[in-house]
Amino acid sequence: MRAPVTDLPLAFENASLRAGDVEIVSNLELDIAPGAPTILLGPNGSGKSTLLRLAMGLVQPTSGGVTWGGRNEPGERLAMMFQRPVMLRRSAAANVAYALGKHDKRVGELLAQAGLAALADRPARKLSGGEQQRLALARALARDPEILFLDEPTASLDPAATKAVEDIVSAVASSGVKIVMATHDIGQARRLAGDIVFLARGRLIERADAAGFFTSPATPEATAFLRGDLVI
Amino acid sequence: MNRRILLGLALTIALAAPAPAQDKAIVVASTTSTQDSGLFGHILPIFKAKTGIDVKVISQGTGQALDTGRRGDADVVFVHARPQEEKFVADGFGVKRFAVMYNDFILIGPKSDPAGVKGKDIETALKAIQAKGAPFISRGDKSGTHAAELALWKVAGVDPQAPPIPQAGTGREVTGGWYREIGQGMGAALNIASSMNGYVLADRGTWLSFKNRGDLDVVVDGDKRLFNQYGVMLVNPATHAHVKQDLGQQFFDWLVSADGQKAIADYKINGEQLFFPNATVPGA
Amino acid sequence: MPDGASALQLVFGGDPALYGIVALSLYVSLSAVILAALVALPFGAFLALTHFPGRTFVVVVINAFMGLPPVVVGLAVYLLLSRSGPLGFLGILFTPKAMIVAQALLVVPIVAALTRQVIEDLWVEYREELTALRVTPSRRVATLIWDARFSLVTTLLAGFGRAAAEVGTVMIVGGNIDGFTRTMTTAIALETSKGDLPLAMGLGLVLIILIIAVNALAWGARRVGEIRAG
Repeated sequence: MRAPVTDLPLAFENASLRAGDVEIVSNLELDIAPGAPTILLGPNGSGKSTLLRLAMGLVQPTSGGVTWGGRNEPGERLAMMFQRPVMLRRSAAANVAYALGKHDKRVGELLAQAGLAALADRPARKLSGGEQQRLALARALARDPEILFLDEPTASLDPAATKAVEDIVSAVASSGVKIVMATHDIGQARRLAGDIVFLARGRLIERADAAGFFTSPATPEATAFLRGDLVI
Repeated sequence: MNRRILLGLALTIALAAPAPAQDKAIVVASTTSTQDSGLFGHILPIFKAKTGIDVKVISQGTGQALDTGRRGDADVVFVHARPQEEKFVADGFGVKRFAVMYNDFILIGPKSDPAGVKGKDIETALKAIQAKGAPFISRGDKSGTHAAELALWKVAGVDPQAPPIPQAGTGREVTGGWYREIGQGMGAALNIASSMNGYVLADRGTWLSFKNRGDLDVVVDGDKRLFNQYGVMLVNPATHAHVKQDLGQQFFDWLVSADGQKAIADYKINGEQLFFPNATVPGA
Repeated sequence: MPDGASALQLVFGGDPALYGIVALSLYVSLSAVILAALVALPFGAFLALTHFPGRTFVVVVINAFMGLPPVVVGLAVYLLLSRSGPLGFLGILFTPKAMIVAQALLVVPIVAALTRQVIEDLWVEYREELTALRVTPSRRVATLIWDARFSLVTTLLAGFGRAAAEVGTVMIVGGNIDGFTRTMTTAIALETSKGDLPLAMGLGLVLIILIIAVNALAWGARRVGEIRAG
């Protein structure tokens, strides 16, 4: 019997992504291990989204590399949720079935987990922002991921909707899925984090577990950010 | 599931043909004069009632109709250009030519008659039109009518394409561009003649059923040289094996029979007969 | 059709010849669009999503062929289907089937070019999501076409407009045979050449109303679909 294929640890080995003249991320050295959620924290433009896309395999680094469980190609059990998810032009249930590849009772379970059971037959494009985010989450979970990437999932949601999403994310994390989430919201990072990866200007500035990071940040940029200053 | 229904519908529409039963049908390549005059609309239902055969008429100029026959795309060819018909048979594309009917050509022109040709014979009339430089519409499409028109210019000793000759002593020049070749059928030629008050050679059948006369009227007719004979031929099955020989034969047997000839003679517009059957006249 | 009748009298009097011509026109043009769509929708989508050497050339040519002259297409199809031609054994010249095939050739470039544009624009929106869901290329094509279905209805209507309005192609490959291959446009051409211009114009108005009716139905179907699917 072969050992099950795993994408963890997910390692960045001096990875950089250059677009034209601009280096969007530079010399990333990072290991993501199984366990509590890893939060990518930092101001806008700090490279969080790009890091997630590199980890998901949506883009390739222009120098250096990314490995998944020691392999050079990402595995199958990765899923991602985007800040503005694209709803397919069909019902909510059909969206989940699409991700699942077929229509079976798992669709109902996933919708229920996302609190959308009552909206199963509603056209997905007619759901509210928060409902669409939860549907995107259900879709991502349909792929039974080992790692779930989330790119600022609640950035455009009101507090009630934000809480609903965060609750599901916590539940998913507790069930053993590794969460890697980008956010610029310090409060959200505090609520969800196991460990923090702090980024600014395309570089990894600081890496620490949550408790240590928020009480005593090691770098001036992190300190400034936590104080509420703009980190340019 | 929606997708499957749409696909099924698409295929059903595309493949199912609502066309009528095609067992007894022939294709006849004929001229615009027989179609535009309404002759076929009159005689074909009679033929169908008698034999149950559907005659599908494709109306083109004589030149194109003969080409259609040469290619084997029609079973029967029914045109009015005897030399070309005889060549068609001689070249092996047709089995035998039968005379069916005749009508005559007439010269049509504006009531104001700028070239002063009314009542004259055709030779004099054509010469006068060229001398005056009055607009003349030619079909220019290798049709039977076009061939007849060119033959008549030859008889009149006039080259309509020649550049204009200034008239000595009158101080006036005949302007060029009076001879207009349009490359289209009889109806189109009449339409254009009507809109520019020009002269045009037409067959009587088409003229009688033409509705857009404007200011035009018959100016010359009755000249023996304006006689127009129609002939019919079966496309040679030796050259094109799929030709419907039996049904095609029934068609001409009927056309030259007393019944068919009577049907042709009976076709009248406003009491005037358009085509004169002459299948039994030798040498027609 | 009775001589001298005005087009209105024919329509309201239920003249069977006129209704036969209308039915044939719709049958030929709608079938041509459906046939063209079966080829052009996937091809346009493929063109939108795949980059291969020579792609730009193909896109330019397809766009240019939106303006293919109908009479040239008619002549080319005629030569192919003639008994003396390579496909003569099919025996479909001068029948509605030939007219459908020829019109489909006119419609394919329009639907393909417009589909390519629609799908290309949609792919910009969907690319990341579908890639993250690890959707295979063939499934991508189907998903994008389905999600773009309302915009694609408009491209099909553009194709239908082209087919229903043209006369050159159907005249040559159909032969304008009374009761068999006579469509609205060839009937109009015929009445014009018989000098019956008022009837020709009346038929022209009937044709325009027909085209508007088809467009209105399609728009209605689109609205219902949009309300139901969001």
